[in-house]
Parts: sequence; C-alpha cells; structure tokens
Amino acid sequence: MAEIKNYTMNFGPQHPAAHGVLRLVLELDGEVVQRADPHIGLLHRATEKLAEHKTFLQSVPYMDRLDYVSMMVNEHAYVMAIEKLAGIEVPLRAQYIRVMFDEITRILNHLLWLGASGIDLGAMTLFFYTFREREDLFDAYEAVSGARMHAAYYRPGGVYRDLPDSMPQYRASKIHNEAAIKKMNEDRQGSLLDFLEAFTQRFPAYVDEYETLLTDNRIWKQRTVGIGVVSPERAMAMGFTGPMLRGSGVVWDLRKKQPYEVYDRMDFDIPVGVEGDCYDRYLVRMEEMRQSNRIIRQCIDWLRKNPGPVIAGDSKFVPPKREAMKQNMEELIHHFKLFTEGFHVPAGEVYSAVEHPKGEFGIYLVSDGANKPYRMKIRAPGFAHLAGLDEMARGHMIADVVAIIGTQDIVFGEIDR
Amino acid sequence: MATDLEILKSNLTEALGIHVVSLEQRLGELTLVVKSGDMASVFTRLRDDADLRFEELVDVCGIDYSTYGSETCEDGRYIADVAHAGPRFSSDVTHEAGLASAETRHARFAAVYHLLSITYNMRLRVRVFAEDDAMPILPSVIQIWPSANWFERETFDLFGIIFTGHPDLRRILTDYGFVGSPFRKDFPLSGTVEMRYDAAQQRVIYEPVSIESREITPRSLREEQYGRN
Repeated sequence: MAEIKNYTMNFGPQHPAAHGVLRLVLELDGEVVQRADPHIGLLHRATEKLAEHKTFLQSVPYMDRLDYVSMMVNEHAYVMAIEKLAGIEVPLRAQYIRVMFDEITRILNHLLWLGASGIDLGAMTLFFYTFREREDLFDAYEAVSGARMHAAYYRPGGVYRDLPDSMPQYRASKIHNEAAIKKMNEDRQGSLLDFLEAFTQRFPAYVDEYETLLTDNRIWKQRTVGIGVVSPERAMAMGFTGPMLRGSGVVWDLRKKQPYEVYDRMDFDIPVGVEGDCYDRYLVRMEEMRQSNRIIRQCIDWLRKNPGPVIAGDSKFVPPKREAMKQNMEELIHHFKLFTEGFHVPAGEVYSAVEHPKGEFGIYLVSDGANKPYRMKIRAPGFAHLAGLDEMARGHMIADVVAIIGTQDIVFGEIDR
Repeated sequence: MATDLEILKSNLTEALGIHVVSLEQRLGELTLVVKSGDMASVFTRLRDDADLRFEELVDVCGIDYSTYGSETCEDGRYIADVAHAGPRFSSDVTHEAGLASAETRHARFAAVYHLLSITYNMRLRVRVFAEDDAMPILPSVIQIWPSANWFERETFDLFGIIFTGHPDLRRILTDYGFVGSPFRKDFPLSGTVEMRYDAAQQRVIYEPVSIESREITPRSLREEQYGRN
C-alpha cells in the first residue's frame, strides 16, 4: 500500500490564469484543494503612502493605476471624497458625464473579465469579440481625456473638460484603402455622443452574441455551475460586495441603495443570482452590461439637451480657464497656487464609496487641513474577495480554482495597491 | 438620510450605553469611538442587535496620528505648527475629529472599522485607539466578521498594530523578510533598503538606500477660510 500524503503546489505568480501576479500556495490531497493560501503584495506600490506625500490633485492619476481595467470609477470615489470633505457642488452636467463614463467603464471591465475568464475556461473566441468592443470604448476615453486607459479625467469639482464635438478619424494607409477607411469612419462623423449612441445600438446584439457562445454551452456550464458556491450569509460575513454579493442573491447595489451623482434619476435594474455559483455570477455580469448600456443611453439623451458647465466655479479648488489665466493677475495667482501648493481640504474624515464594477470601492480620507491627505485608505473590493478564495476553493479540484479566480474578477492593481 | 442617522444614533446610544466614548455625526457619517477593552462586546452587539445589524465589515485600516496637524520644513521633517497647540492635536481639531476623551487623546495608533448594515442600509465608522504607543495591541474581530482576516493582517503589516486572537497574523503586502512598519509616519517614503543584482556574488543583494529623500511640495496648513475674503 503506497503512502498517501498531501502535497503543496505553487500556482503563479507567472501563470496566465493567475490574472496578474497572484502566488497561490495550494495544499492538495490528490487533485482536491485542502487549503488555498494566496500570497499577494507582488504589485504593492504603497499608493496610500505616496498619496500622503502628494497634493490632493496629484493623486488623481494614481487612482487610474489601482484597478487598471476600471480606471474612471476609481477616480470617481477619490474625487467624491474630496468634494464631500470640502463641500464642493458638482454641476449637473458633470454628474451626468461621470455617470456615463462610470457605466462605460463598467462595460469595459466586464468585457475584459468575460474575455479573460473565458480563456481561463477554454473559450478562446470570446476574447477577440470582447476586445473588439473594448476598442470603441477606449476611443471614447481617448476622445475626452487624450489617454486610452489612464484617463485622469475626473477632477474635484467636475470633469476636466466638456465632451468633444468631433471624433478623430482613421486615415488611409498601406493596410486600409480609402473604401475601408470610409467604412471605419462611418460612426465617427458626428460628436462623441453620436459615436457612443451608435455603440449603444450595436452593443445589445453583441451581448446576445456572447450569450450564444456561453450561456447554454455545455462545457461552460460544466465548468461553472455549482462551482464556488457562496451562501448569502457567508458572502456578507466575508465582506463580499458587487456582483460577488448579488450573485448570491443579496439585493445590494450602491447605485440604488445609496445613490450618488444622478443614479437616482436613472432607470435601470439590478440583476441578482439565485445559487451563488460561478454561473450565476456570470449571468449577473452579463445582465449588468445590458443595464449599463441602458444607463449610457439615458445619459446621452440628457447630455444632448442640456449644455452647461462641467466643473464647479469654486476658484479655491478648480483651476481658472486658460484664457482668463493669460489675462488676469488674480487668475494667474490662483493657477500658480493650485498647481504648486495645491488646495487645502478642511480637517475631518470621510468615507466615499462607489459601486465599482467589482464591488464596493471606497476611499477613506483623513485630512488635517493641510494641502495633502493625512491618511488615505483605499478599500478595494478585490481584496475582500481574494481573502474569501480559501473558503470558496476548499474541496474543489485545481481546475475549479481557475474558475473561481476568474469569477472573482481579480485585478492586482487594486488588491496590492 | 439625516433622520435615519438620528435614529441610528439613538439606537447606538441605547444599545451600547456607557461603552460609547464619543459618537459624532459629521458630513452625513457617524463615527463611534470605543475603548479597546470593550471591543468584543461592542462589536458583537453591533452585529447582532436587532436595531443595528451591521452584518458586513467593509474595511479595517490603521492610522498613525503622530504628526497630525503638523507641517514639514525644508528637510522633510515634521514640525509643529506654531499656530496650533502641539504636534498631536490642537484643541479645535481634536474636538472636530471626535477625539475629545482625555485618555485616548494622546494615543498614537488607531484602527478604524467601517461597518455596513445591509438590512437597514446604514454605515458606521468605529475608531479604536491602541493604548500603548510603543506596542500597539488591539483584540481581533475575526470571530465576529471573518472578513477581518486580511484587513487585520494588512494593518499589522503596514502599521505594526498587533491583533490578539488572530490565527494567522503574517505580513501580507510587503516583501518576504521585510523589516519595519512602512505606513508609520516616521518611516521614510523611499524605504530603508534597496535591492540590486550583484555580479560578483551572483545574487540579489539588499543595501541601505542610496537616494536622499526629498520633499517636492511641502506640507502646509492654512487657517480656515484662508483666502476666502
């Protein structure tokens, strides 16, 4: 009789299914996981400490680099914290722009999640499909901020600038002839809003396409149904939020329950799961993409009709207009002070949370009245989810661990911070 | 929301009674301060009381209050602002932040817990000061909320606050073999060691940092309503 004993296996940090730099120490009995011990911190950059040494405005671009697949939502939580503490009123148009870009970001995030976790479970084609749509949304990012990913578009008091009236055009090259270019530029003839509207009209059919590939796919169901089941009680106890919590059947969405910006004016539904397994969480995210699409449409309609300022007029927090700065001494001084010393946020503490694509993303900001935060804590949803990996993976096979990591939508930028 | 907060406030005072060191409402948020000795009973009550039901521990984080309200001078050191009472808390700031209690006033480290009640759609912030500055110790809440596991490990890692009763208090974010508590205010931003590959020894070696820390934008404090008139 051979002696049988548990053995330990290292999974990652250089493993494609580890979604970045996860080092997972698995204790196995045969192929069954007895204990999963994630070792994180390989991407730790001490963002919170860096923020203590920067002025409030200088930390905005750091937010993009936390969860680097849902950039603008991270910025949103941060600027909202400053606005709450300093009592800045955000113009309505800026609120609509923020909500629209939050939902664009949610689709971006869920598309990456869908493609990546599809690859993890052997559905290769999907990845190409989802990246085709991501490309359009990155163009929208680029049109407003100049950057395709790390936008730094939200500012305390509003957004950096208004939506552009024209979209950049493709030009003919050795690869594409005039006719092809004309077709590629078809949706780019009008403003950014026209471009986005064309996208929202295409997008529901795309989601149907993904669902045709997966929802009733036998292999997909075999890999996800009944895997990583979390009961609602355990999901709450383990600090799960977002689709991880809704997948278990808890009706909880900050956009509905604690609405911020103009989410209370939006008409959308919150999908919830029943079983709390990977398949339900997949369905929840698919429906969230459709709902985000609905919200984007409502925002486009409103933004078309209502021009206005996109950033608050408080000159102690918001830099002056460029032309004014060139002509007036007062504005020049304000500009100089804002970008050298930075603005001072009143002493106090605040916690601002947004419904991030992954869950509740919160910024806890403590200010002592200086031009830099005294302490900033980033509450990353993925951190709590990954902490629950051990419980979710116990008793499952190694291959199911991959499915569970996929369903948690892990991104190390936010977990390691 | 405001009225809901009032109800929560009275429910809290009723349920916790003398355990409340301070309970303050500001910017639509409630902050409760309790003593570390009362934590187990208070937190169990917060989770289980029928009128409170804080089922979810959203976040735990540490704070080092040692340079609160002070400025930096040119060489990057912290100096107490003359306009303020001392290096810790000036009287007005102390009052605002709800730190009025005499025994907790000079504590350096605190852990801040953010709680969420899904049943009642309420949030609560609980701050607990660690009494000993040299050896900050707090009881773990992992028995009450399992989600505290990693959050407490992180706080231990970054601030060196020890959570008694935590089954697996290892470092989590910093490197294997890391020394020090990086998020304490006396820990330099550049760190203390740097690593490189040494061709002679043919391995990666650690050495004291060679860069000098510098302050790009100095910290500055202004009186309230500065420049507003």
